Amino acid sequence: MSSLAPQVEQPESRASQSDGCVIRFENVEIAFDHPVLEGISFQLPRGETKILLGTAGTGKTLTLKLALGLLKPDAGRITVLGEEVTHMREQDLFELRRKIGMVFQESALFDSLTVEENVAYRLIEETGKITDEIHARVLEALRFVELEHTVNLFPAELSGGMRRRVAIARAIITRPEVLLYDSPTGGLDPVTSNTIIELVVKQRDVYQTSSLLVTHRLQDAFTMASHYFDRQQNKMVPATDGNVRDLHTKFLILRDGKIIFEGTVAELLRCTDPYIREYLS
Amino acid sequence: MPIFSPTEIAKEKVGAVQDYSLLAGRSLTNIFQQPRYFADTLLQADSVGVGSLPIVILTGFFTGAVLALQTSSTLQQFGSLSLTGKLVSLSMVRELGPVLTGLMVAGRNATGMASELGSMKVSEQIDAMRAMGVDPTKKLVTPRVVASVVMMFFLSIISDLVGLAGGFVISYFFLGLDANQYWTTAYQALRFGDVFMGLGKPVVFGFIIASIGCYYGMSAKGGTQGVGFATKQSMVAASVLLIVTDFFLTRLLMGFFQY
Repeated sequence: MSSLAPQVEQPESRASQSDGCVIRFENVEIAFDHPVLEGISFQLPRGETKILLGTAGTGKTLTLKLALGLLKPDAGRITVLGEEVTHMREQDLFELRRKIGMVFQESALFDSLTVEENVAYRLIEETGKITDEIHARVLEALRFVELEHTVNLFPAELSGGMRRRVAIARAIITRPEVLLYDSPTGGLDPVTSNTIIELVVKQRDVYQTSSLLVTHRLQDAFTMASHYFDRQQNKMVPATDGNVRDLHTKFLILRDGKIIFEGTVAELLRCTDPYIREYLS
Repeated sequence: MPIFSPTEIAKEKVGAVQDYSLLAGRSLTNIFQQPRYFADTLLQADSVGVGSLPIVILTGFFTGAVLALQTSSTLQQFGSLSLTGKLVSLSMVRELGPVLTGLMVAGRNATGMASELGSMKVSEQIDAMRAMGVDPTKKLVTPRVVASVVMMFFLSIISDLVGLAGGFVISYFFLGLDANQYWTTAYQALRFGDVFMGLGKPVVFGFIIASIGCYYGMSAKGGTQGVGFATKQSMVAASVLLIVTDFFLTRLLMGFFQY
């Protein structure tokens, strides 16, 4: 599996942007009936992708919701794009959330709206209607996910994979500074999952958007850490072509509400922790 | 570990009242804040108002008719059959029009709102809305509350009118009363306080119906079963709160207008 680990380089475009963190968790705790997250701390540097791994119920989705301010932690501090969301009023959070894109686990598309209205939702909020410019941007976003032909369809008329792709188009249409993916491939077949991961990689490499991705599918995580998007070929290709690349993708493993691993794919593969070894196998 | 904890139940109930009060309050303060969703409000007004019209007309008409029918025998014993119009008019305008319209609209729309918003909640559509920087209370709750308040006002007027018409049909065709006498007594019986009571109550009822429906929808959890529970609870809570509020409102207004 070591062949999956790409060689490291720091391209200029990213290095110039990597002077800050877009998301910072400091000793964050949250409990419902029992503690779910217990003092977790991590940072998401600008331009980097962090993959959150862990078994079901370890608080992966919760971490995304906390980052978005949809839930408040019991203790600790969360800073997103330089603003502390922990004690922010809901009204102020709306402003911040416009700079963040989120892809929900079950897509969360508005079922009474067409694909175009779903994708343009944020933009329609600003203008009140679908203008020619918004229509063009919707088509551009849908072209990115290769679903241009579905513009007038309703979510119920799409397959599960297509719905996820529309959700990605909806998340990226405003070119957010951060993208949060909540199990974008959950419940999908391997071929469709690969298509979704290719889109995530494309977004990472073409637009260099910082992102936090939750998944419990190791295969997807390793694909992301070992492939890059080749613009000339217009497809995702393995990063083992002899060129030195930094895919800016790191792993974060949660267990029992704590972070038990943070590092690159190479470091993960070298890790000797028995739980992680078992998890990887 | 106790199976039944009164403290926990009390905490839960107080928490629910607090959440409802916050949502209801925000639905009102949102009216004075940007953005305002006029198109959504019109859409809801059409759904609540025009959509409820058939049931409001039917219940209003037959309530007025049965009122005339039931009271005629008693009035006849005292030789006061000519007061049928007055009785139907006062009962419909002050009490039955607003309350029955409220119950009909609650049955149709509070449940509709709870199930629609509940489905959106459990399928993460409300979270998606928040995630996209849109306030669900502004986008979903305030338009429903405003539409319900405005439409309840007009629906009650329609209910009163068709109720009077129902009473007239019975009085004219079955009791042999003069049409002019019926309408004159019905009209002359009404004072400003009666009309105020008849038009003020629906406004409060409209607010209760929409805010309760939205509250149960927005707090739904647990998948389709949760949506079903929220729908059922919204109907029960809206109807009970409506009747209880009606009593206190009537007492308050009766004191104010010195009945």
